[in-house]
Amino acid sequence: MNALPCTIYVSFTGALLALLAGRVSAAAARWVALATAVTAWGLTLSAAAHFVPAAAVQTLVDAPWVPTLGIRYHLAADGISLTLVVLTGLAATAGILFSWNIKERTGEFFALYLALIGGVYGVFLSADVFLLFVFYEIAIVPKYFLIANWGSTRREYGAMKLALYSFAGSALVLLGVLWAYAAGGSHGFGLTDLATAAAGFTRGEQIAMFALVFLGFAVLAGMFPFHTWAPTGHVAAPTGASMLLAGVVMKLGAYGCLRVALPLFPIGFAFWQPCIAWLAIIGILYAGFVALVQDDFKFVIGYSSVSHMGFVLLGLAAANVRAASGAVLQMFSHGVIAGLLFAVVGRMVYERTHTRKLADLRLLPLHRLLPFAAVTFVLAGLASMGMPGFSGFPAELTILIGVWTTSRIWALAAAVGVLVAAAFTLRAIQVSFFGKVETAGESPAPADHAHPLDPITLPEKLGTVLLLGATILIGLKPDLLLGWITPALQSPFFQTVLKGGTP
Amino acid sequence: MNPPDYAGLARALLPEAALVLGALLVLGLDLLFFRKHSRESRLRSAVAIGALAVVAAIGLNLRVGDAGSVFGGVLVLDPLAVAARVGVLLLTLLTFGVATGTAPLRHPAEYIAIILFATVGFTLMAAAQQLLLVFLALELASLSLYVLVGFDHARPESAEAALKYFLFGGMSAAFLLFGFSLLYGLTGSIDLPAIGAVLAKHDPQPLLLVALTMVLVAFGFKAAAAPFHLWAPDAYQGAPTPSAALLASGSKLAGLTLFVRLLWPGLGSVAGHINPKYISPGWLPVVVLLAVASLLVGNFAALAQTNIRRLLAYSAIAHAGVMLVGVMIAGSAGFAPLFYYAATYGISTVGAFGVIAVLEGRGGCQRITDLAGLHRRSPLLAGCLLVFVLSLAGIPPLAGFFGKFYIFADALSIGGATGEIGGATGPVGRVAVLAILLSAVAFYYYLAVLKQALVAPPAEGAAPVRVPLAAALTLVVAAVLLVLLGLFPTVLINGF
Repeated sequence: MNALPCTIYVSFTGALLALLAGRVSAAAARWVALATAVTAWGLTLSAAAHFVPAAAVQTLVDAPWVPTLGIRYHLAADGISLTLVVLTGLAATAGILFSWNIKERTGEFFALYLALIGGVYGVFLSADVFLLFVFYEIAIVPKYFLIANWGSTRREYGAMKLALYSFAGSALVLLGVLWAYAAGGSHGFGLTDLATAAAGFTRGEQIAMFALVFLGFAVLAGMFPFHTWAPTGHVAAPTGASMLLAGVVMKLGAYGCLRVALPLFPIGFAFWQPCIAWLAIIGILYAGFVALVQDDFKFVIGYSSVSHMGFVLLGLAAANVRAASGAVLQMFSHGVIAGLLFAVVGRMVYERTHTRKLADLRLLPLHRLLPFAAVTFVLAGLASMGMPGFSGFPAELTILIGVWTTSRIWALAAAVGVLVAAAFTLRAIQVSFFGKVETAGESPAPADHAHPLDPITLPEKLGTVLLLGATILIGLKPDLLLGWITPALQSPFFQTVLKGGTP
Repeated sequence: MNPPDYAGLARALLPEAALVLGALLVLGLDLLFFRKHSRESRLRSAVAIGALAVVAAIGLNLRVGDAGSVFGGVLVLDPLAVAARVGVLLLTLLTFGVATGTAPLRHPAEYIAIILFATVGFTLMAAAQQLLLVFLALELASLSLYVLVGFDHARPESAEAALKYFLFGGMSAAFLLFGFSLLYGLTGSIDLPAIGAVLAKHDPQPLLLVALTMVLVAFGFKAAAAPFHLWAPDAYQGAPTPSAALLASGSKLAGLTLFVRLLWPGLGSVAGHINPKYISPGWLPVVVLLAVASLLVGNFAALAQTNIRRLLAYSAIAHAGVMLVGVMIAGSAGFAPLFYYAATYGISTVGAFGVIAVLEGRGGCQRITDLAGLHRRSPLLAGCLLVFVLSLAGIPPLAGFFGKFYIFADALSIGGATGEIGGATGPVGRVAVLAILLSAVAFYYYLAVLKQALVAPPAEGAAPVRVPLAAALTLVVAAVLLVLLGLFPTVLINGF
């Protein structure tokens, strides 16, 4: 557990080393990046192995940083942080495996990639809001360059849009946090300090501060109607970056909502709760319907991410321990599944066929040309739809059960979203991989396709196995994570806002 | 009355003496020995001597240290003065580094000597506590800067910039002098503490408001705050790059130190109240308006710029808006936030001009698109520019972020106690809120610069850039300073 802060340091050091290694050769940069990501992931796994679930947050490092303002360098972890750092390690490793074919400016690519990862680890481990904010902003800049430099479709537009949305969101967070700090007597930025101070605020102050902080974070979590950066950004990004963006960066927003906005301003939350829930439901349904009519394969996945993140926000809005634990589980689950889907679409299919238009893909017998990709996508699609046996099922089920106890209408409305998700996922599977299945019997050999596609490489297979393994493992044994998450949500810190917590 | 303490005065002015001696040495040695050498080697030797003089001045300044009031209060060496003197000297040193990156002008030794004279003006501005010395120091610095801006004989824009800067500057100096004469007439003293004491005892008179207006016009000019900012884009664009760097960094730090000392310890009692419950006239409400105008004009006008120097000028105007917030809160929060902000802003802007200076000598750098493909042409310059621009944009962990954060945190926190500020929901808090929101606008134009440098492909036939060693060292030092000061801000702010 005490080694967890090293994930941050390892990632930033690895970023520098990858930059230097990139001057030697692309292969060196790749291996440095992979070694870094695996080391950091290993650290999280070893921490997880020795983790004893407890309600209390375990402090890892706590030192004064800027005493004048009461800022501390305070890193801490509980079951929620642990779940998300394990996810970060997994997504980072898999993302590097799927970025193995980056040839241009490889060192810089992996340096930015690892800097982003370092920032993400930092956010998940921060117990001081200032520190959390610092890491949160550190994660913004690399995203821009990853997309603008190595992306595809309208990459500069997508990158700028994503960066501006993120930065505007973080400005709102900064405003809300500073206001809370000032109104609370300027004692410090520790989460518990701020929560204590916030208990003395008037209802009006809490409502306004919650709106600022929650909205700021929710922009990054893809909340409707501030989600539009997500599909364009994900589509424009190179595969490894899309996997990270959808996989962990969107979780930063949701995590910020859960860790900062909700427990600090419970009264403010109570005011906004119905509004958030309905926005989340609209997000689930709207993004799902939009995904249903996309003709770009990657946009389907981009919108599906928004739809699935809607479940996370809905789980948080329901504000009981079951729904919130389901939301955290969904963060993990979606992180893995979205990574897998983007890997298939961006890396396995697009970089071989050079098209993402569903109309073009329909003409290719892809299930024959890329059987591995087809199988992976079908499995990932099933997981995404929430089929039992995959992590999506326990996550969404837990959320819906939890939401049911808060409001039956919300649960019913969100359940429609599950059907929509099934519809757009099945459509994507059918059109992209099995478009020509009925003519397959007539021309058994893929002779109509002049250039045989490159075979799936080993790093891709390895990454697929990692991600599929994780989603199936959690699908079969969700208690592995829920056992970490639930006690953390039962802590007094979260009990100010969550109901139904008695263990 | 005590006899004048000449020994103490001489001791306090040791850093200035070192600078003047350095300047004379630069001129003399160049005249005697280097006349026949190439411009490059003349510039190198001048910079070497000048840098030694600046380093000596820093050492002497630290040795003299926090000596308190000097020579009957003409100068004051409080922590702010010591820190600001070290700050402007370091920024001058960085400016020398920038100068080594450019193609030398026609009279390199004179150029360096005038930079040293300007620095003498800055260090005096940082410590001056008597209106006469305030004015003399300001004029020494300003006259040197006019010459520095117009130093490039080869480019008509340089002369144009100098003329504009001179006309605005002369006008503002006249305003300031008029304001000072009114203050003297009202209070019968030219010592700031005495003026403060007299003003505190009497109700404000209409004449005082005239005097304050005059002083604020000069302040607005010096800080490049809207609506007194019009000279800045032209001066930044036309001036030789090291002059622009000095104008944006050392001059700004010295000017802010001077005016914050003038406004709070001197005129603090007539600041007026801006708490909506009991507004009363004074200079504070005007500074609020200047800050709002600067934030809006700077950030929105920067969006439309295609010239990198003009963009930096408008960004400087936007930063001046934040610095004015620092000035407003200096009365209750102390000088630390303002000093940290101005010093780190100076480092990042000198750095940005340093990158421009190196490119200037190798194909020119006026349009933002001239930066295209910098990552290919020189990874070092691109990396340093990334640090400088991100610090200007206020991205952690760089110093620019903490500077903003510190000012905003204090702006929102204070006020309940003092009343004249108004707290989180008062006017200063509102300006801070505006500044935070506009930082998202600023992020766009800073990213547009970085997009050219780090994403766009190089133009046809753009050659790799070889960075002179001294310039490379300067840029790396500036970048490292920004990272370290951002990670360990207590180094700077604990002295106050």
